[in-house]
Amino acid sequence: MAEEREPPPLPGVPEPQDAEDLFVSAASAMEDAERSLSPEDISSSSNGPKAEPMLLDHDPDDLFAEATEEVSLDSPERQMILSDGPSPAITPVTINPRADVFDRSPDQDEDEEENRDTFDIQISVSDPEKVGDGMNAYMAYKVTTKTSLSIFSRDEVCVKRRFSDFLGLHSKLASKYMHIGYIVPPAPEKSIVGQRLGRRSSAVTELDPDAKACLCCRYLLRTVKQPALLKDPDVLQFLESSELPRAVSTQALSGAGILRMVNKAADAVNKMTIKMNESDAWFEEKQQQFENLDVQLRKLHASVESLVFHRKELSVNTASFAKSAAMLGNSEDHTALSRALSQLAEVEEKIDQLHQDQACADFYLISELLGDYVRLITAVKGVFDQRMKTWAKCQDAQVMLQRKREAEAKLQHANKPDKLQQAKDEIREWEGKVQQGERDFEQISKNIRREVGRFEKDRVKDFRVVIIKYLESLVHTQQQLIKYWEAFLPEAKAIA
Amino acid sequence: MMSNLDINFFFEDFRLNAYILNVDLQTDATLQVDISDALSERDKVKFTVHTKSTLPNFKQNEFSVVRQHEEFIWLHDSFVENEEYAGYIIPPSPPRPDFDASREKLQKLGEGEGSMTKEEFTKMKQELEAEYLAIFKKTVAMHEVFLCRVAAHPVLRKDLNFHVFLEYNQDLSVRGKNKKEKLEDFFKNVVKSADGVLVAGVKDVDDFFEHEKTFLLEYHNRVKDSSAKSDRMIRSHKSAADDINRIASTLYTLGTQDSTDLCKFFLKVSELFEKTRKIEARVAADEDLKLADLLKYYLRESQAAKDLLYRRGRALVDYENANKALDKARAKNKDVLQAETTQQVCCQKFEKISESAKQELIDFKTRRVAAFRKNLVELAELELKHAKGNLQLLQSCLGVLKGDT
Repeated sequence: MAEEREPPPLPGVPEPQDAEDLFVSAASAMEDAERSLSPEDISSSSNGPKAEPMLLDHDPDDLFAEATEEVSLDSPERQMILSDGPSPAITPVTINPRADVFDRSPDQDEDEEENRDTFDIQISVSDPEKVGDGMNAYMAYKVTTKTSLSIFSRDEVCVKRRFSDFLGLHSKLASKYMHIGYIVPPAPEKSIVGQRLGRRSSAVTELDPDAKACLCCRYLLRTVKQPALLKDPDVLQFLESSELPRAVSTQALSGAGILRMVNKAADAVNKMTIKMNESDAWFEEKQQQFENLDVQLRKLHASVESLVFHRKELSVNTASFAKSAAMLGNSEDHTALSRALSQLAEVEEKIDQLHQDQACADFYLISELLGDYVRLITAVKGVFDQRMKTWAKCQDAQVMLQRKREAEAKLQHANKPDKLQQAKDEIREWEGKVQQGERDFEQISKNIRREVGRFEKDRVKDFRVVIIKYLESLVHTQQQLIKYWEAFLPEAKAIA
Repeated sequence: MMSNLDINFFFEDFRLNAYILNVDLQTDATLQVDISDALSERDKVKFTVHTKSTLPNFKQNEFSVVRQHEEFIWLHDSFVENEEYAGYIIPPSPPRPDFDASREKLQKLGEGEGSMTKEEFTKMKQELEAEYLAIFKKTVAMHEVFLCRVAAHPVLRKDLNFHVFLEYNQDLSVRGKNKKEKLEDFFKNVVKSADGVLVAGVKDVDDFFEHEKTFLLEYHNRVKDSSAKSDRMIRSHKSAADDINRIASTLYTLGTQDSTDLCKFFLKVSELFEKTRKIEARVAADEDLKLADLLKYYLRESQAAKDLLYRRGRALVDYENANKALDKARAKNKDVLQAETTQQVCCQKFEKISESAKQELIDFKTRRVAAFRKNLVELAELELKHAKGNLQLLQSCLGVLKGDT
């Protein structure tokens, strides 16, 4: 959403830095009957990715109208639609307000100081709809790309993709780029394995379509952010062509799937057996850093998930307390006290709403970011592993060469001219391989250095932006709390 | 190692708590009671009850004794069983000191000592100690409130048992009820509730009491519900605060480890979360004090009021039965005198109870309204204070962070 649209609905909340809020999912009726939502209210006002008004443009003073619909992990509530930034012609955009943080396109970015590159592409993933039925049913998403870059054939493209298409794209990119040291953004996951503090086991929860849409969108944005990947024909094809060959190999139980699993296992074994002579301290240091980062991020992620859980619980409990207090107020026969108790019940109800929104912010801002980064770091580690594999290959080639040389020397002694020629050919061949191997290794090392540098820069930016947004959401919550309690205080004092 | 926590306190602030629950306590010089000290031992708490009095009944003007929870219960039960006090709302007995949950946590912490870093361990230990302290303070406050209510009541304060309780500096040898007595109590309660239903069914001629009956019944149930729900709410709040604590520590570690510009960022945010967490914990604690405790107390008081109504109802039934017996005796012309005396006794009892009950119930309402008012006002003020504090912290941190970029 462009900030120039409309002032933020709530006072004191600064505009988001990343203006593009292009995460979209179709509006649908809320399931939460208790919240008064008006689904048809598609306004074109921009909204900060804030905890609250995810969606509707309400009079900020109308406290009860802040009907927000949360997208919770467990309930399939849909999100409201929200305005879209640039052109109203685009399908109604729902804000997954948190998600817009991850938008990489600085097009209408107000923050001019950030040296955004000449990057000019906006992607949105929207309208999850069920296609087909029965066993073959799947979710299709609309992927909209708007760009002025020349590599794209049109300014604006809209295509339909299904989830396995995303996975297919990832596997293609991974096979092309991972082994030369590019960090390929990890594929969006079908379901998440979440670990709740307090629940010993990890729960696999199927993501609801909106969260999935967000995930896919972030995936695409990260992918196009990579200049090399942006130019890749597969990516272009994915974004532009109306029909995409079914990526059958991404199915879990397909032959390719099984092959992948076997490969993964082989890789794991290899990792343990390859002892690399690290000549470059930089790599060793970086690897260690990423290990540590991984551990800490996972821990943080778990804590944040627990916080989301408890806040949701708090919201539920506050709501039930509010009802109980209202009943108590009803049965109280002293009129002023009765009124005050009813007021208390109302305040608590509003607070429960606040808690819910805050929980959403917790989730969408922080938790998702952390989840993404945990997965990204896995990709980074994968790249380092590739380097190790390349080194191993180089070493193997050298060993082979040595052996061939020895064989040649032996043949020379044995004086068999025909075999000698063959041996010499082999030696040449292997010399070439060794050279190639060394070049590959050099190349991958160079690539990795560059990629890691870029990754770190992005990481710094991402975290900074997200955390600031999150703090702003906290600020907002506190401001609302103050408002509510200030309204209640005179009522309490009025009890005679 | 942790289970023998000996916490010796001299309290100032929790005495305030007592006044909060009983706003109208006249601190008149004739009799002032408070708990000046408390000691928590393995499975009991020892309260030092301190009395200042100008009444002639006492040997000295100022003295202290050490009492345990069972002795408070003994005193309360002696009031309940005393027929003379049937017409008064007996101040509800303080709940048993319950440190089990806290102790369990402390123990778990001790067991898990190896699996967490030194800082985490110290932090959690401090928190648990704070929690233990809070529960401790609360239980002391509850006991004190009970004594103060008795001391403030015009009739109960003169009770002999009460004076013994305050003055006798030996152990009262009040042992807790053994199994047989507990079983007896159980049966008594069963009979009482059955009886209560019968008695409640009797329609009261007096509008005031009829109204009070219906009111109290409904009120008591709803207060019970609210009390439970507020407890749950506050527990969730505490869990959320705990999570923020963990997040703060992890951020701190991230900050120290990070090689990029983010390190300063993380450290600052970690610091912020530490502070906001403390505030959140305080919010939960204040809500507990002002809201949950208030509801819990009035749950017990409304039960005591209900008990009063029951006693009155019982007396009414007895009176009516005596009337019927008298009529029967007059009809048969047998034992008329005896029936007459019984009837008179019942009548007197009933009227005495009714008179004092009316006043007690009116006082109950006044007390209740005042207590709610005070607590709700203070709750709102504290919530505001904390929210403003939180806001300021967040805003200043945001200012610094944004300025850095």
